Amino acid sequence: MEGMQVYNKKLGMWVFLLSEVMFFSGLIGAYIVLRFANPEQWTDAGVVLNVPLTAFNTFMLICSSVTMVKAFAAIEHGDQAGLRKWLIATVILGAAFVGIQVFEYIQLAGHGFVPMVDRYAAEGGPLYGATFYTLTGFHGAHVTIGVLCMIFTTVLAFRGRYTRDDYGGVEIMGLYWHFVDLVWIILFTIVYLI
Amino acid sequence: MSSVTAVAERNVSVQHWAEPEHPDERPFIRKYIFSTDHKVIGSQFLFLSLFFLLVGGLLAMMMRWQLGYPGEPMPGGGILPETMAAGGILLPEFYNALVTMHGTFMIFFAIMPLLVGVFGNWLIPLHIGASDMAFPRLNMASFWTAVPAGMLMLVSFFVEGGAAGAGWTAYAPLSADPEYTGVSTGQQIWCVSLVVLGFSSLMGAVNYITTIVNMRAPGMGWFRLPLPIWALFITAILILLAIPVLAGAVILLLFDQTIGTSFFLPETGGEPLLWQHLFWYFGHPEVYILILPAFGIVSEVIANGARKPIFGYPAMVGAIVAIAFLGWLVWGHHMFQSGMNPLLGTSFMVSTMIIAVPSAIKVFNWLGTLWRGNIHFHVPMLNALAFVAMFVIGGLSGVFMASTPVDIYIHDTYFIVAHLHYVLFGGSLFAIFAGIYFWFPKFFGRMLNPTLGTIHFGLTFVFYNLVFFPMHNLGLGGMMRRLYDPNAYAYLEPLQPMNTFITVNAFLLGAAQLVFLVNFVWSLKGGKPAGPNPWNANTLEWTLPSPPPHGNFAAIPRVYRGPYEYSAPQVEADYWPQSEPPEPGQEPPVDYTVREALFSGDVPQPKDAPETKGSDG
Repeated sequence: MEGMQVYNKKLGMWVFLLSEVMFFSGLIGAYIVLRFANPEQWTDAGVVLNVPLTAFNTFMLICSSVTMVKAFAAIEHGDQAGLRKWLIATVILGAAFVGIQVFEYIQLAGHGFVPMVDRYAAEGGPLYGATFYTLTGFHGAHVTIGVLCMIFTTVLAFRGRYTRDDYGGVEIMGLYWHFVDLVWIILFTIVYLI
Repeated sequence: MSSVTAVAERNVSVQHWAEPEHPDERPFIRKYIFSTDHKVIGSQFLFLSLFFLLVGGLLAMMMRWQLGYPGEPMPGGGILPETMAAGGILLPEFYNALVTMHGTFMIFFAIMPLLVGVFGNWLIPLHIGASDMAFPRLNMASFWTAVPAGMLMLVSFFVEGGAAGAGWTAYAPLSADPEYTGVSTGQQIWCVSLVVLGFSSLMGAVNYITTIVNMRAPGMGWFRLPLPIWALFITAILILLAIPVLAGAVILLLFDQTIGTSFFLPETGGEPLLWQHLFWYFGHPEVYILILPAFGIVSEVIANGARKPIFGYPAMVGAIVAIAFLGWLVWGHHMFQSGMNPLLGTSFMVSTMIIAVPSAIKVFNWLGTLWRGNIHFHVPMLNALAFVAMFVIGGLSGVFMASTPVDIYIHDTYFIVAHLHYVLFGGSLFAIFAGIYFWFPKFFGRMLNPTLGTIHFGLTFVFYNLVFFPMHNLGLGGMMRRLYDPNAYAYLEPLQPMNTFITVNAFLLGAAQLVFLVNFVWSLKGGKPAGPNPWNANTLEWTLPSPPPHGNFAAIPRVYRGPYEYSAPQVEADYWPQSEPPEPGQEPPVDYTVREALFSGDVPQPKDAPETKGSDG
């Protein structure tokens, strides 16, 4: 068989992630255009958004990438207990990230920081709110889907689905997870810090 | 006319197909409805997209009635509800919906699935020698996501306010605020449906790319791939990268309509131009999504019909890649009138005109393939030849529009409508007809009737030109596209006879498609049995019985040469199947490698120029 020395599912995941890159690029491009056109609708960093809380959340997401790598390294060596342990850690960290984000949304909405034009009551302008919720919301949706898939992977791991010779499912789960993590680092920088 | 001249039947020495050891025991629903077999999915896409082609065509007929006979009651218009037509006279709001939905259905639900869904699914595994797609279940999901998307779009005609009315390009703020078009729910459904369809396209694209990269049979190197596969591969990459941008933009538009954001509404800082940039950043690659697979199909049919190797195979591949790449750099040429730095406009103009170069390479290579060929004018070939001719006209009128000063005059006129139909109907649709006539025997095991096929081709070709060529003149005369009533402007009144002429021919063009419909439906059961290789073609699918069995190849075939070894001097017959093992001492044919084609330019030449066999010219 002619082909790359990469199994189908892994190649398919890489290809899918390329399309994800374009999805977020489109949204980030729109964000840049809107922000440059309406600088008065944005505030300085940290005025509206809770940067310390989100910095902690970012740290957790990065840690979840580390635990994902640990899970992958464990199954590479056939270490079933390690795989399960680190997958559970990743699920917990990912779920905590989503939880904190929801908490943050509730807090912000309480201050009148909402996407709707006619109900916006915080500092800055409604485009600030709209772009914030769109970018972080789509990322949050990706993390949520990732956590659900991660739970599924963990269940399979407990059933002994993965072995030293067959751990493709863990690997492609990891690819997706690291991608989502990477997107967050970019979003955290441009939405919260700059 | 249709049959290929009798060349002694070859004995294909290896039987590649699966002998059913036990009967296929999958229940009906797994076999025909929720099937993971790429062939069944391809056929499902065929029926679905032909249905939407019909719907899109009927919408166009209604528009033509209004333009040909403005303000007169449409025959049969009485059955339309009051929200669409008053006493048979089409309402302006409904006309807007017709314009929008004709474009939407034709582009997203007819041409795109016909080219990518049908031929992608049917041809990729068969052409590369695989048993199925890389992800069969994902493939099934792709089809069953497209169905609800299409149904949503159809249903939107019947919600309050009617279907979306802001054009298939959905320019904001027209599309973003229901106040402007009077359409609220319909426009929202339009957005949702396109996002759902986007998922379907993405699943397909991931599948196609993975399959082509990873599942080629031994010996099927990149430069032995049939050109439809190259075209579909590059198309899949375009889909993969363009569709997410559309999805993002459409979701932002949906937020503007539903939750009250203002991404595209200027009163609160939104940017209507942003919509245009996002839309055309998707939209121009989309144009090539709609034409590249057609290039591939036509290349296959022309080489087969001319009984010659395709002229300049590496250049054909290079041209596809170049067009796809340049397609990302030209979106601004849709926006010359939208307000743009002239310097930027000039660079978009130049990059757009450069696309004429690879396009011309393709056209000249098709002509080079025909040159001194032993041309068989079978029905697929007729359609493929029409494609080349019409694509030249459509391509040249494209150069007019690429030129900024000319575009400022003809922008948003019927000249644009003429151009895009020359490329999409004269181009893509003729290629689709060529492909359907060519592969129908492989799909369903029976030939389409060649007499009916020739009649259908002749009528379509004539009426198509009578409909769309005069539109160039309408546009130069100043008639705007998407115009409800041309007589509302005194200066357009002299054009009314031409509009009526176009309308009459449009109805005849529509009627001519009934010939195809009858031929298609009748031939499914009543056509002449096709046999494995009715066109004496080289690619792998023709070594299988028609239709190929579930699982395609019993043993994965081995590929020994490129797909276009027609009239090769080494063999007696005028074709040389890719998987036929060479005989001892037989000189191998020209074989390209990526390295040779790209870097050394030192492509090995055959000893004798490929003189076609049985050539009478």
